Amino acid sequence: MSSPPIQAEGLRKNFGKVTALDGLSFQVPAGSVLGLLGPNGSGKTTAVSILSTSLRPDAGHASVCGLDVVADAAAVRGLIGFAGQFAAVDPNLTGRENLVLIGRLSRVGRSQARGRADELLDSFGLTSAAGRLARTYSGGMRRRLDVAAALLHRPPVLFLDEPTTGLDPESRLGLWESVRSLAQSGTTVLLTTQYLDEADALSDQIVIINSGRVVDTGTPAELKSRLGAVVFSLGFATPDQAEAARAALASRGYQPEGSGTDIAVRSGSGSGELTQVLRALEGRAPDPASVAVREPTLDDVFLAVTRGGISQISEKGKAA
Amino acid sequence: MTAIALRARPPATGRAAAAFWDTADVAWRNLLTLLRTPQALIFATIQPVLFVLLFRYAFGGAIRVPGVNYVDYLMPGIFGQAVCFGAVGTAVGLSTDLRSGILVRFRTLPMARTAVLGGRTIADLARNLLVVAVMVGVGFAVGFRSPDGAAGLLAAIGLVIAFAFAVSWGLVALGLRVSDPEAAQAAAVPVMFLLVFTSSAFVPLDSMPGWLQVVGAHQPVNALVTAERALILGGPAAHDVLVSLIWTAGILLVFAVLSARSYARMGR
Repeated sequence: MSSPPIQAEGLRKNFGKVTALDGLSFQVPAGSVLGLLGPNGSGKTTAVSILSTSLRPDAGHASVCGLDVVADAAAVRGLIGFAGQFAAVDPNLTGRENLVLIGRLSRVGRSQARGRADELLDSFGLTSAAGRLARTYSGGMRRRLDVAAALLHRPPVLFLDEPTTGLDPESRLGLWESVRSLAQSGTTVLLTTQYLDEADALSDQIVIINSGRVVDTGTPAELKSRLGAVVFSLGFATPDQAEAARAALASRGYQPEGSGTDIAVRSGSGSGELTQVLRALEGRAPDPASVAVREPTLDDVFLAVTRGGISQISEKGKAA
Repeated sequence: MTAIALRARPPATGRAAAAFWDTADVAWRNLLTLLRTPQALIFATIQPVLFVLLFRYAFGGAIRVPGVNYVDYLMPGIFGQAVCFGAVGTAVGLSTDLRSGILVRFRTLPMARTAVLGGRTIADLARNLLVVAVMVGVGFAVGFRSPDGAAGLLAAIGLVIAFAFAVSWGLVALGLRVSDPEAAQAAAVPVMFLLVFTSSAFVPLDSMPGWLQVVGAHQPVNALVTAERALILGGPAAHDVLVSLIWTAGILLVFAVLSARSYARMGR
């Protein structure tokens, strides 16, 4: 019997009158990456803070490798690495000094901390900057140093809170690479992000949260398939024309989305359905000015979720 | 993967040793920060030097203290003033750490809880030693002679350092509640100003109006400066030293407990 490396059960947390977590539950299987996806203020950081022992839940339980994050906080801290939303590196220490300090405080011996620091500086591409004060680092370098600092004691469980927020595309891809190779080496990772492509690229499982509760969960592929295989985007010359087209589509059983002159129609059966969609308009609405067929993205899931339409999508997913 | 070897809880002596090293590591980090922001250190030193020069040469001529060379009267006050104003840096440093997220990271590490606060106050102890040493040097350069000899001076410096350590816990308690370094500074400076200038640091209490004398005679900076003077100028010192030590112990106790409580409560 082994407990999942990360488990949250009915977590609740209020800050004054604001409910940050409203009964949040999920678990992360060993050696996998879970993406906690949600808009700003949805409770992602609160959840990670509780799991990484820096915040206490008002109600509910959370455990890391079977150890309660409140009752066994000290033991949990020996098992986790944490990199927060702001690169918490000391600007007045060099890159290497930052890592050695965190290593020492993670109770890795001095010489071991030094060796490990050099190893991490190397694998995060910071060796040439190791002796420079962190205040001279670019945003991307600080972020990499921050993630490296979370790994000094080789934690089996890693929490990354919006690790790529504010990074340039190249640094972002570099960090993705690091997360992937950590996951390959068996580290269990919980990462929060508001970037859908990031969750898509890194996660084995995605948990979408909004207002402190889980609104949907699944693999990136599952979430996308619930939206149908493709999305047809129809553009019209005027809003009136689009309105007529919406009515026509609705009368044929489609669920047109979008506002103004744009309409999106999801299809479960593939791009071949386009002809039926266009035929539905025939005689009832003007021809669209533009037609595009695209793969659904997590943006589609996300928009549906935050509009409150997820139950509909989930039903569709179950039916399919 | 599932078989994670949990480290056995270390025995009590091992925990104490680990806490000691954690504190030393954090203190070292704070000292490095101090050395690498020399502007802060220079301003922390220049300000009391200016006070020495102003009171020795600009105002000193107008201040009459019977039976004492004014510079010998002034320097014990300067030592107290220097550590009080310098202590503001404790609150600023801590609230900077609070804002930067470093304290959140520290709270997720398996380090001793006490090390963050202890490391801060111990680093500030080192800073205070440096500032007081500079003030002694400046004092001698402008004519201070420590009439009762080296032993009295050293004992007075010991009192100042102990007082400064206690006061820095007060500013830790403040810094932990304010995550904005500028707000921390704005809150701390007026308190320090009031304590220093209503004490006998620069002028005798009996030159003040009666109500202010009452305030001045019953506050910790005045107790410190009075005890320092007794040691430096000579004469019976035991009572004054005892009063100052009681203030120091009281401040230390109250604010160390308050600080530890607010640190433990962070994240509730």
